Order: sequence, then structure tokens, then C-alpha cells
Amino acid sequence: MSNFRTAALVGNPNAGKSALFNALTGARQKIANYAGVTVERKSGRLVLPSGEPVELTDLPGSYGLDATSPDEEVTRKVVLGLFPGEAAPEVLVIVLDASNLEQHLVFALELIELGKPTVVALNMLDLAERDGLTIDPAALASELGVPVIPTVAVRRKGLAELTQAIAEAEARGPSPRGPHEFMAERRLTAQTIAGSAILSETSKHRLHARLDQVLLHPWMGPLILFALLFVVFQAVFAGATPFADALQGGVDWLGVQVRNIMPPSLFRDLLTDGILSGVGSVVVFLPQILILFFFILALEASGYMARAAFLMDRMMAGVGLSGRSFIPLLSSFACAIPGIMATRGITDPRDRLTTILIAPMMTCSARLPVYAVIIAAFIPARTVGPGIGLNLIGLQGLVLFVLYVSGILGAMVVAMVLRSSLTKGAASGFIMELPKYQMPRVKDLAIGLYQRAWIFMRRAGTIIFTVAVILWLLLNFPRAAPGESQVDASIAGHVANGLALVVEPIGFNRDIALALIPAMAAREVAVSSLATTYAIDAKGDDATAIALGSQLKAHWSLPTALAFLAWFVFAPQCLSTIAVTRRETNGWKWPGFMLLYLFALAYIFAGITYWSAVALGL
Amino acid sequence: MTLDHLPLGPRARIVAIDWSLLADDEAQRLRALGIDLGAQVALAHRGVFGGGDPLALTIGRMTVALRRSHARAMQVEEI
Repeated sequence: MSNFRTAALVGNPNAGKSALFNALTGARQKIANYAGVTVERKSGRLVLPSGEPVELTDLPGSYGLDATSPDEEVTRKVVLGLFPGEAAPEVLVIVLDASNLEQHLVFALELIELGKPTVVALNMLDLAERDGLTIDPAALASELGVPVIPTVAVRRKGLAELTQAIAEAEARGPSPRGPHEFMAERRLTAQTIAGSAILSETSKHRLHARLDQVLLHPWMGPLILFALLFVVFQAVFAGATPFADALQGGVDWLGVQVRNIMPPSLFRDLLTDGILSGVGSVVVFLPQILILFFFILALEASGYMARAAFLMDRMMAGVGLSGRSFIPLLSSFACAIPGIMATRGITDPRDRLTTILIAPMMTCSARLPVYAVIIAAFIPARTVGPGIGLNLIGLQGLVLFVLYVSGILGAMVVAMVLRSSLTKGAASGFIMELPKYQMPRVKDLAIGLYQRAWIFMRRAGTIIFTVAVILWLLLNFPRAAPGESQVDASIAGHVANGLALVVEPIGFNRDIALALIPAMAAREVAVSSLATTYAIDAKGDDATAIALGSQLKAHWSLPTALAFLAWFVFAPQCLSTIAVTRRETNGWKWPGFMLLYLFALAYIFAGITYWSAVALGL
Repeated sequence: MTLDHLPLGPRARIVAIDWSLLADDEAQRLRALGIDLGAQVALAHRGVFGGGDPLALTIGRMTVALRRSHARAMQVEEI
């Protein structure tokens, strides 16, 4: 019988730790953050052969105990028992990539030196065999002085043996090991040990080298990357629509049910107009976010993501960032929330902060409804009949394109300015292992997707719920006297009066000021609240857009409409983005800064747009 | 010859490193990946834009991406 309760998986990045963790713990995982840092803490329950449960944590991948990134710092502190509030793991499970022994043994030796009860999982043996390597686990075990269990996590091989070894680890006690070595000596020892454990090595041409010949090819590489991105975007925008519509339908149906069941009351209005429409407006993005994450997870698991970073590094270096910022920024075109969450892969803290701060300028899908309505109403469809969104060709399409490009250019300029001021520091460089190619496994993708969906829904259920309620209260209190408009009497109405004075110089009228307040929850709410203001029955999307369009044309001038578009290129009107930024930067300082600079840019560029348009006589 | 001038393909040994050209955390990261004095490396790929930046080098069974500015700090000899 063992009497410990904690164990940790530890090893180099790309050792297949996460797959092994998934295989050992199944879907019963808890994801949180380590206290005070934005490093993900993954833990799960491993059941020993005796039936006794063990808390297994999956520590961030690290090349050694000399930390150079926040992730590695967590691993170092937890392993050494220095992390406040974290018990040091009683058993270390070192995960080695069998096809890269010389490198992975260096960290393993350093960990074994600590003298804790230790088990080695010799993982990814299948990849080693694919590379023509034959390895003797017994020889490795006798060299290292700790049990070595061959595993293929993705095929669930060796799991029972590994669990058994973990159960016996503490009884066996600390691992005996020679004196402390320095890095260079350890590397030599690692090479010697690897040499004696590798029985034979045929010079089979390695698959990943051949794939790289194509995927990193000077001109085919970028071409394939852009083709892939095109497919991803098509899937995100086109593939998600039926699901998003179904969700929207579900939310609307719920609203109708509530109206049918409950007698009219303020509380019923709170449920339908406040909570259901507020939370619903964010939940409809779930399909897009899941499709996007499916591709990101699959590309990451296959090893391609690091190649995309490699291909894009030079362009990102132009604005002081590195290839690692590419994926988060790309994700932000669908939604800034997964984009900002994906910045955790950026090792340099200054690069990461810069990327978070510019991510909201990528044209996310929530802007499309706003753009579509305004463009359809004010920009003549010169070449083709009136279409909405991505079907636009001709002048309307050109305007949409300009809006996308404005966001990208704005982000580039801001990144350059930030990197030479607030996030100044030596260029972080770009040093990154390009992992071996692997077939992603459905179960790992499913677990990853489930976790992302859960994080998103939890946020929708808490922060966005709260905001929806507050906004509803602002719009409904104090109550209007009979004959008076509720909106005008409300706090929001009074705020809009004040706001109207502020935004008047950039061509916005009071109706716009009023629409901007609920649109703080999410940009596309601007459309529905304009529809409310102009008293349009919001039934079908297209019908609303057309009806709203003619109303807008009656009330707005063209310069005002253009200024409104320019405003939404920059304006940080998305509380979820602010909330996720607060969480990822651990405080209100950076989300506050983000709000300020983006609103300033929005105001300035809407103003420039308005006055230039007026001067041009548009 | 510095590493950034090594042609694609042939193996070379790192014979000298000017650590003053590298930031501390970069140097540490490179060492952690085994890119250190005496290591045998080969260049596998060059980036597309801006004069072939970044570089992908193979060391042991690993492929590592780094910038030319890092490679410039390393003297290599072809084997």
C-alpha cells in the first residue's frame, strides 16, 4: 500500500505529456490557474491498482530547472516545493520522448538528482520506431537507477504498468544517484546513457524531415499556410452559421416560452430582454469559437503550428513581435477571447502583453453584423446586387476590405509604438523547438475542445450575465412616467445625453450615443439596440437589416455612417475581451490601458473620417 | 564562419560563441536546447522573407528555429 496522494508529470515540451495525462486521467480534469500567475494548472485523478486515488498534475513543459519563462518558473517551483500553496509532488513521473533521448535525458538527469521517488515514462516509442530506433528500456533503467516504463500514450500502451510503477514508487524510496552535475557534464552523461540504451539505429529517412521539405519550402510553405488559413476561415464563418442560427433560435424560443408562461412584469422583462438576449448574444459565438479551436488544437497537436510560427516570424519581427504572436492574432479574427487566451504560448512576457493589447484590433466576427448593416445601407452596391457580409464584391466589398486592413495596420503601428515605449525591451528573439509531426488523436482534441467550451460558457454564465443584468437595470430605471419614453427616463438615457455631447464633434447623434451604451456588452448589440431605438420589430435578420437600413438612411448622413464604421474598427466594445484581458494580465492596469487607448483611437479616427467626408462634400 | 553563413545541409561544429551578443535568457534557452560549445548542428531551412530569417537547424534529433541574430553569435566549422 502506498500512502502518497500527489504525483506530477514533468518533462520537456513535446514529450507527449498532455496525451499521457489525458490517457491516465481521462476527462476527469480540473483546469485552473496557479495562484498569481497566468499559467494553466491541470490536474486530474489517477486511480492506482489498489483503488486509491492520486492527484496527478501535468506540469508545464520545461527544458530544465533554470527557468526562462513563467511556465518553466512554475515547473521549477512546484518540483522543488517552493510554490506557495502547492504541495511538492510526492512522486515525479518523468516523461521522455523516446525518439529524442539525448535531449530529454538532460532534464531527466537533473530531476533524478533531486532524489525524489521517480518513475520514467519512455513515451512515444512508436515514433522512435518510425525513425528506425530500437531502444532497450531495461538498459536505460539500470543506467538511470529508476524504473523505466515504455509507453505509447496515444495508443494507451503501458498505462497499467506505469500506474503500477507509480504506486510502488514511494515504497521504493528516493532514487540513488551520483553527485550533482553541471549542465555541460549532464549533457555528456545524457549522450552516453542514450548511446547505451539505443540498440540500433537504421538511417530510415525521417518522415518529418521530408514533410518539412515541403511545408517549410521557400515558396510552397507560405502558399500552403495561406491555403490552410483560407480553409480555416471558410469553416469558421460558413460552417458555424447553421449552428449559430440554431442557438439563436433556441434563445428566441426560450424568450417566447418565458413570455407565455409568466405574467407581464418587470422581472419577466429582466429575464427576456436582459438576461436571455444579453447572454444569448454572446453564446451564439460558441460554434465559431469551437470550430476555430478545433483547427488550432488539431494544428498544434500535429506539430504544424510551430511551422506556421516559423514561416510568419520575419513578418512579425517587423513590428517587434515574433512568430509566436501569429496564431493568437489570427484567432482574434474570429474572436479576441480565444486569441488572448492563446497568447499563453508566447514565452516573452513583453511580447505577450503587446499581443494581448493589439488583439482587439483584429476584425472579429462580432463586428460583421455592424459593418454589414451600415455598408448595406450607405454604400451603393455598384457591381452586384445587395449582398451582406462576405458575399460583397465591388464598392461594398472594398469598404469591408478597407475596414479589415485598417484594423491590421492600426495593430501594427500600435505594436511598434508599444515595443519602443511601454513594453520596451530587448527583442525577445525567436527560439523554438519544431516538434515532430504526429497524427492528432480524436480523444485529445475532444478533451481540449470540451475544456475550451466550458471556460467560455462559464464566462458567459458569470461575467456576461452580470453585465447583462446591470445594462438592463440602467435602461429600465428609474421608471418612466406614463407617456414618457422609458429609454429617455432611464439612467442610460441620461448618460446618453451626456455622451451625445462628447461624440457630437465626430458626427454621432444621440441615437448612436444611446446604442453605444448597451453595445459595451458586445459590438453586435449596437445593431439590435439601433433597431429598438428606431422602433423596428426585430424578426428575421435580413428583414431587420433592410428595414433598419432605410431608417438609418433617413436619420444619418453618409459622413456619420462612415465615422460609425471607423469607430468600430477600434472601439473596445466587448466586455468579455476586457474581462479576459484582466484575467490574463492579473489586474486592472492593462485592461484599463486597453480601454483608454482604443477608445482614444476610435474617437480620433471616427473624427478624422467624419470631417474628411464632410470636407469632401460626401 | 558564423552559423548564419553555413549552407543548408552539411554538418558543422560550434567552436566559439560570443555570449555578449545574446541576451541572458536567450543564451540560457539556447543552452537548454543543447546549442552550446561543441554541439554538432546543420541548417535545414531558411525563412522566406528578409534575407532568410529565421533559420531552422537540426541538432541531434531535434529541429530548432532561431533568428539570424542568434546564429551570428556562433562560430562554426564544417565537419
